[in-house]
Amino acid sequence: MTREQHLELYYFMRLNRELEEQMVRLFRQNKIVGGVYSSLGQEAISVGTAYALGPGDWIAPMIRNIGALLVRGFKPRDILTQHMARYTSPTLGKDGTSHFGDLKSRHVISPISMLGDLIPVMAGIAMGGRYLGQKIVTMTWIGDGGSSTGVFHEGLNLAAVQKAPLVLILENNQWAYSTPVEKQAALRDLADRAKAYGVKSAIVDGNDVVAVERTTREAVQQARAGNGPVLIEAKTMRMRGHAQHDAAEYVPKRTLEEWRRRDPLDRYERYLSANKLWDAKSKKEIDDHIAREIAADVEFAENSPFPPPELAAEGVYCEGCHTIEADWKRPKEEVMPPRSSVKAEWPMYLYSGNGARPPAKKQATPKAKPGKKPARAPVRAKVGR
Amino acid sequence: MAETTYLEAIRQAMLEEMDRDPAVVLIGEDVGVYGGAFKASEGLLARFGWERVIDTPISESAIVGAAIGMSYVGLRPVGEMQFIDFIACCFNQITNFAAKSHYRWGAPVPLVLRGPCGGGVHGGPFHSANPEMYFVHTPGLKVVCPATPRDAKGLLKSAIRDNNPVLFFEHKFLYRRVKEDLPEEDFTVPLGKAAVRREGRDLTIVSYAAMLHVSLDAAAELAKEGIDAEVIDLRTLLPLDRETILASVRKTNKLLVVHEDTRTGGIAGEIAMMVTESAFEDLDGPIRRVTSLDTPVPYAPVLEEYFLPSTAKVVAAARELAHY
Repeated sequence: MTREQHLELYYFMRLNRELEEQMVRLFRQNKIVGGVYSSLGQEAISVGTAYALGPGDWIAPMIRNIGALLVRGFKPRDILTQHMARYTSPTLGKDGTSHFGDLKSRHVISPISMLGDLIPVMAGIAMGGRYLGQKIVTMTWIGDGGSSTGVFHEGLNLAAVQKAPLVLILENNQWAYSTPVEKQAALRDLADRAKAYGVKSAIVDGNDVVAVERTTREAVQQARAGNGPVLIEAKTMRMRGHAQHDAAEYVPKRTLEEWRRRDPLDRYERYLSANKLWDAKSKKEIDDHIAREIAADVEFAENSPFPPPELAAEGVYCEGCHTIEADWKRPKEEVMPPRSSVKAEWPMYLYSGNGARPPAKKQATPKAKPGKKPARAPVRAKVGR
Repeated sequence: MAETTYLEAIRQAMLEEMDRDPAVVLIGEDVGVYGGAFKASEGLLARFGWERVIDTPISESAIVGAAIGMSYVGLRPVGEMQFIDFIACCFNQITNFAAKSHYRWGAPVPLVLRGPCGGGVHGGPFHSANPEMYFVHTPGLKVVCPATPRDAKGLLKSAIRDNNPVLFFEHKFLYRRVKEDLPEEDFTVPLGKAAVRREGRDLTIVSYAAMLHVSLDAAAELAKEGIDAEVIDLRTLLPLDRETILASVRKTNKLLVVHEDTRTGGIAGEIAMMVTESAFEDLDGPIRRVTSLDTPVPYAPVLEEYFLPSTAKVVAAARELAHY
């Protein structure tokens, strides 16, 4: 990474934190309509992972991934107006928090509140992009708690059998609302969940943005190369309650104190200084810029109107308001007859073992000895690659 | 053209749409090599290849989720439920993800989710469901229930070309039982439009899917008694074609709704309310309904027969209403 990229990472992490601190203040002033779900202490994950993607790639953030939205080019005003339910927000006030997206340019899918459902959707985008000849990677996040949902497993398994270019960030912040990770899964490392599906995984210190970015970049390359999905478990700690209303008194104070010493921004600042990537002046320039940016966008949000009430009745259906067109990066003839035509028969080869993996070496199909039936072997299909 | 079954009409609709538009892909369990549990997609893999006809793990939520994702990059996926009963497994993806997407953030979801519904084939409690009303109650979806081969083909084509998530309920009792000559050329049947299947003066029978045929049989019986029933085929349940229902009620002044779905919360209740709101003065009698019982679909033929509406039950209800 260049010095500029290092400073950009700092900018996004600091912007993530200062913006959320501002939202907490607005929440206390009753200016936020719904909840504020703080990612305090987790900024390195949102920023470091999203930063490893290319411009054509796709993300679907979770509620605490405001940092990822900022990296993808959304502005503080987008996030503020969303939380404040203003007509100027990306959803015009129809939804709140991080529930917004952009199909056309930023490639961001709006999440839903039900956890795990983004995983098959992002697998589908990965499959669809591959079909269209795009070299895209898709990314989404899931928490320690969300990894208990059925659709987490359905989605990851589908991505695995389809070798979909999906990078799944399992953000283990150790708490699902008030329930500790020990009561979610009897696993020391949640990355082990990937093993069940033949999916490659990595574990990273989620409070070290440099490690997060590097690990994710490697995973993105793997996925883009067609080697299938990758799961990264980023270990971290949720430093506030589930949302602003939750004082999180169930979290032991000592744990919080320990994790405060590992604060990702403090650590990254020390890293930048130790590696002489900045000085006090460059830090002040960035911090001042962020302060001005947030102040201007808070003013914009506060001066923005609420939506007209009648808007509630509009937009249930797409009635010609959107043109749906795929961005083909390969000749369409490839997927049309006669070129698309195949023999409708599973291309199979035999292999030994329990069926979980093909043999390491290519083996000739064993010929059945006369009079002796070959053992029935499981089959493995190569499709849709 | 030779007579075409309801099932073949569905297959043709998919084949022709996939021929017409490379953005159309099919995804589901056993839809590829096997051609679907009912053979609705037979021959599609051979014609369109592995990338466009995708066999999935047994993961209904992943099927719908992946289809939503594909639709976000401009494809028009058709997802299959092997039996529509299994749609319960992916309820969240449909109602919270697909249905709300356009309203919440302006992202259209042009996907079709289709599969065999309905009873009368002794499928028992998990292979006979009519779950349409869960989804009629979900803004953002379209719900289609064809009764004839022509409609099955024309409506499925419209559904694939529509920019919204469409649930397409194929009545499996009709798959091989109803046949029709279909036009050679490309045609569509518009979503959201009911059809008057039989004109009459004495009462209106509103129905759809397999019960349309029961209602038409009943109307033929009633004609022998001098009762002239008008029969309306809803075709699309959401959005509902209110105008066609109201126009008929204004003419006949009496309304009977027949559906195979269970009684409480069935579309009959919504239609009755809509008619009392908009055409109360035109009614010359109470609105009646013939429906299945408020029970799961039972397995034993004798139980299922008791459970389902029948021509005799529709004739009896219509006769009583006509003489009211």
